[in-house]
Amino acid sequence: MEKPSLFGKTLDELKQVASKLDLPKYAAKQMAEWLYKKNVVSIEEMSNLSKKTREDLATNFQMGKVAHSKEQVSVDGTKKYLFPSGQNKFIEAAYIPDEDRATLCVSSQVGCKMGCLFCMTGKQGFQSNLSAGEIVNQIFSLPEKEKLTNIVYMGMGEPFDNLQEVLKSLEILTSEWGAGMSPRRITVSTIGIVPAMEEFLEKSECHLAVSLHTPFDEERRKLMPINTVYPINKVLSEVRSWDFGKQRRLSFEYIMFKDLNDTTAHVNELARLLNGLRCRINLIRFHPIPDTPLLSSDSEKMESFKAALEVKGITTTIRRSRGEDIYAACGLLSTKELVKKEESDY
Amino acid sequence: MANSYSTAKSDLQLVPFEISRKHQLAEDVYLISVPRKSDFEAGQVVAVSLSDGQTPRLYSIASGNAGPEISILFNIKKDGFLSPQLANSKEGDRILVSAPFGNFTCRDEKACWIASGTGIAPFASMFFSGQWKGKTLIHGGRTVDSFYFQDDIAPVMKESYIRCCSQENGLGLYQGRLTSYLKEQTYLDLSQKYYLCGSPEMVVDVRDILISKKVPFENIISEIYF
Ligand SMILES: Cc1cc2nc3c(=O)[nH]c(=O)nc-3n(C[C@H](O)[C@H](O)[C@H](O)COP(=O)(O)OP(=O)(O)OC[C@H]3O[C@@H](n4cnc5c(N)ncnc54)[C@H](O)[C@@H]3O)c2cc1C
Ligand code: SF4
Repeated sequence: MEKPSLFGKTLDELKQVASKLDLPKYAAKQMAEWLYKKNVVSIEEMSNLSKKTREDLATNFQMGKVAHSKEQVSVDGTKKYLFPSGQNKFIEAAYIPDEDRATLCVSSQVGCKMGCLFCMTGKQGFQSNLSAGEIVNQIFSLPEKEKLTNIVYMGMGEPFDNLQEVLKSLEILTSEWGAGMSPRRITVSTIGIVPAMEEFLEKSECHLAVSLHTPFDEERRKLMPINTVYPINKVLSEVRSWDFGKQRRLSFEYIMFKDLNDTTAHVNELARLLNGLRCRINLIRFHPIPDTPLLSSDSEKMESFKAALEVKGITTTIRRSRGEDIYAACGLLSTKELVKKEESDY
Repeated sequence: MANSYSTAKSDLQLVPFEISRKHQLAEDVYLISVPRKSDFEAGQVVAVSLSDGQTPRLYSIASGNAGPEISILFNIKKDGFLSPQLANSKEGDRILVSAPFGNFTCRDEKACWIASGTGIAPFASMFFSGQWKGKTLIHGGRTVDSFYFQDDIAPVMKESYIRCCSQENGLGLYQGRLTSYLKEQTYLDLSQKYYLCGSPEMVVDVRDILISKKVPFENIISEIYF
């Protein structure tokens, strides 16, 4: 059996490791520093631990950092990295450099169970959850790590369907003993699994992005099966019950589908629904996936939709499409071709 | 950070019940019932747990909306947390159940219900609530004992009830996966609604087949057991 990984453990878990191996308590902090501040790739490099300690650690644990196995570069500078996750499983992370910032879009699951109609990962089905170590590995093993300014949990998978590992990964990224990042540089995106969203809002200070895509329930349940259990009013009453303060951001993702969710009725209903909520809407171009019945609204429509929302007082941005040529753009991440298809029988 | 929450949380409040009935329907498949204390619409779900502080799991209600009980149909998930414990529970045991919620509901319209495994539960509830007229029910299962409630459904829905059995042969069963059955159909009513319920894989595969056969996506409504 594979040894457990050190990388991906929180300080509390490292304390348990220290206690199990009879190490002094401060060894846990030392390990955390090597893992998350100095970003070493082997236990051997943890030079302020005694040789015996390093040997004990290496006998019981593996380091757990994994380099990417493939890289694709888009004409616009976006890069897509493939990381292995266990046997025959892979995830993708998209590195998106911009003028004043560099964002990494990370995955939280191999595949996804949520089956959104417009999403390539949804078509892949679900293979497994990522561990906290596998989530933060996408950041720590990124060749451009030092340039990163922002992290978004918008890659493969629904973060709140793997909440505990996602919370652990956020703890590692934002703790003083960990990477020490500001939670204001991290956004977690969800389709609105309400109880998990509640726990996230309670336990983390990172930004929240909710995939809305339409303000109408009847329409949303045809685009996103989750809406049959957690409809829009439940999602909104949850976010409304939290004080996001001045710094924490709430945004709504809105993929624009031609003649479906880009009408005046949608503008009006969005304005009604979000009335009084301090938030912004990100409009996203739809990147068609194979055999989809959906079309993208054109640029003109997106601009006029944005203008109409702004007239209603809603801060609205249009997200620039990035990495479309390498299938790194929003909704296109998938490792389906690489998954040895386990025939699901039903 | 001011972390005050109010309304949303209370929706999933779990209330203690005593299990009034427990039935084994097939290997690793059970029906558990509690007294019905609230109204519900067929197609809704409840959140269930066995003790405070446990993350509840969701289950579709499988019983009719006028009956004295709320029943859930579930199978044991290997290495799962709650389902093996539920399977070990006994009549009279305490179980925590939320008020019914969700909107996977089907009105008096012509529709095709498509389910795999325990995904039959919401359609069983609709059937037992008398909503089966004008409906076709296609149920996929691996073995001949996978067609829960067939003794109730078959005599009523007759040829509008199609059972697709992927691993065994049986009288009156289509032999093959329900996706094969759907692919073989030369005619599908494009104007009716299609309600899909079950595993993510089934829902995504069936939805792709229906769309490839020109069913408008607006007519497809899915509930995924994630
Ligand atoms: C709307 C809805 C309705 C539902 N209705 C029904 C129903 O009517 N009947 C029914 O039987 N089920 C239903 N479900 C599924 C149900 O909620 C539970 O998910 C199911 O019973 C399993 O729960 P569990 O606690 O036993 O398993 P869990 O502990 O939740 O685990 C589920 C599966 O995931 C695997 N797993 C656990 N942890 C991990 C991990 N870290 N990485 C990878 N895999 C992991 C387990 O091995 C197991 O196979 C429904 C779900 C939803 C969302
Ligand atoms: S949009 Fe997100 S939640 Fe929906 S299927 Fe894709 S990855 Fe899953």
